[in-house]
Amino acid sequence: MTFSLNVTRRSLVAGATTGAGLLLSGCDKLAQNPQFMDMLGTGEKLTYRVQRSISDRAALAPEFGASQMSPHFRTNGNTMPSSTEYAAHMAENFANWKLVVDGLVANPLSLSLADLQSMPKRTQITSHNCVEGWTAIGKWTGVPLGMLLKRANLRPQAKYIVFHCADSFGAAPYYESIDLIDGFHPQTILAWGLNDAMLPVGNGAPLRLRVERQLGYKQAKYVMRVEAVDSLAHIGQGRGGLWEDMINYEWYAGI
Amino acid sequence: MADTEGHDTAGLKGGDLVKRHSISTRLWHWLNAFTIFTMIGSGLMIFNAHPHLYWGNYGTNYWQPGSAFYDHPWLEIVNHGTKGELIIGSMHINTTGVLGVSRFESFPGWMTLPGSYSLAVARRWHLFFAWVLVLPWVAYLLVSLFNRHIQRDLAPTRAELTPKAIWQDIIDHAKLKFPKGAAALHHNFLQKLAYLSVLFALIPTMILSGLTLSPGMTAAWPWLLWLMGGRASARSVHFICMSLIVGFIVVHLALVVVVGPYNEIRSMITGKFRLPREKAPKPSLTPAQEPAE
Repeated sequence: MTFSLNVTRRSLVAGATTGAGLLLSGCDKLAQNPQFMDMLGTGEKLTYRVQRSISDRAALAPEFGASQMSPHFRTNGNTMPSSTEYAAHMAENFANWKLVVDGLVANPLSLSLADLQSMPKRTQITSHNCVEGWTAIGKWTGVPLGMLLKRANLRPQAKYIVFHCADSFGAAPYYESIDLIDGFHPQTILAWGLNDAMLPVGNGAPLRLRVERQLGYKQAKYVMRVEAVDSLAHIGQGRGGLWEDMINYEWYAGI
Repeated sequence: MADTEGHDTAGLKGGDLVKRHSISTRLWHWLNAFTIFTMIGSGLMIFNAHPHLYWGNYGTNYWQPGSAFYDHPWLEIVNHGTKGELIIGSMHINTTGVLGVSRFESFPGWMTLPGSYSLAVARRWHLFFAWVLVLPWVAYLLVSLFNRHIQRDLAPTRAELTPKAIWQDIIDHAKLKFPKGAAALHHNFLQKLAYLSVLFALIPTMILSGLTLSPGMTAAWPWLLWLMGGRASARSVHFICMSLIVGFIVVHLALVVVVGPYNEIRSMITGKFRLPREKAPKPSLTPAQEPAE
């Protein structure tokens, strides 16, 4: 039994390239199928469970020395909220701005910037890890979120902490959410200072979230309200954040 | 048909149809072929989201007119309006029409997964198939160490490791001269080196550099940052490993074509492989120049 098959190199290379092209466009077709995208999304859930199980819930994100900081901490995303309410606060240097902590709490809070600054603070030099691939190292000062949550006295039903922001993309206000493990993590702070100065407007003044074990889009800027909830289903489109709702970023951004 | 799983190759000769690859090897090969394909395509799309690579802990490519701050990338693929350019260090390579086609297409759509800009969809592919790449790789290593496939078929023998034997293997490759008959069932030295490099150097470095990009992982395992020299470096290492794996795939496919695509591809689909026929020695060669069979 003998085979003779004429395969020229040229036809094989052409075939391989065409095959790869067809495979890529086939993959694009698959990606338009919601069930297939959900299947791919199980990777996120597996990653979330595995990362949570191999790391201590208080494992710290690496902190850096002052000499390792980026020469300049860049801005990104919204750098100036467009609402008239925000503009008024900015004009008053946030003197009458208040952070609201409410939702599933026994003791709702309303705190001025001066209140927050008078509370025990934490300063940390950490890496800001953008989902796009860039990295910047800055020095953040703020109040530990866990301290605020304890003061507000979370109800037992509370499972997530939602951050409502002053900025928006189109008509949709920015928001983000984290679980209680990150909510009470020692490095999770609401920062009012960056690089030994007050937090600039471009970086989220007067207050932004730092949740150091997740990517940049979780670091909500212009935080106005912190809400404790038992489910994310009724906020925004229900995926736990504006980018999650709008362009399918994963809710868990630890990777 | 002879079964060569135990490598009892006595009595086999060129022209014999033998069983070469086990079903697990074949399945793993094609799963990997698809997985690597999706990982590279989605990885190139993720690269497109920030087409600059740096060394060190940080790098943002942030610059605005009048600003003195600029993190120096060592590699960029940029679009200057009508001109695409690949920049490596001080070297500027015009890639108009191929790379740097538009703002969101440093790598063009025909190379990326998905084909038009979506970082979110690319990350879904990448972070799902990362598991499909890693878990079977771990299983393969465990099984192959346990059943001694690695020690028996991939570890170079003492005889292969002499400078003379290595040099002979390089010359044979350069002349595209490959073993015939039953000898074709054994990997030669360069082949072993290539497979061992992928299995024990490229894939692990790929995994470790990828994990270093994850803020959840660097909190769990801070030594990752130390090992890679920073998150920006890890992204560069990840990209370089990808390039080397692409290099491996190109050479792998080229050798399949050279050695005999029909027979090679069949052996990876059905498992059956026809041993190459021995050629009569050419009269011009002296016995000393003949490779040992």
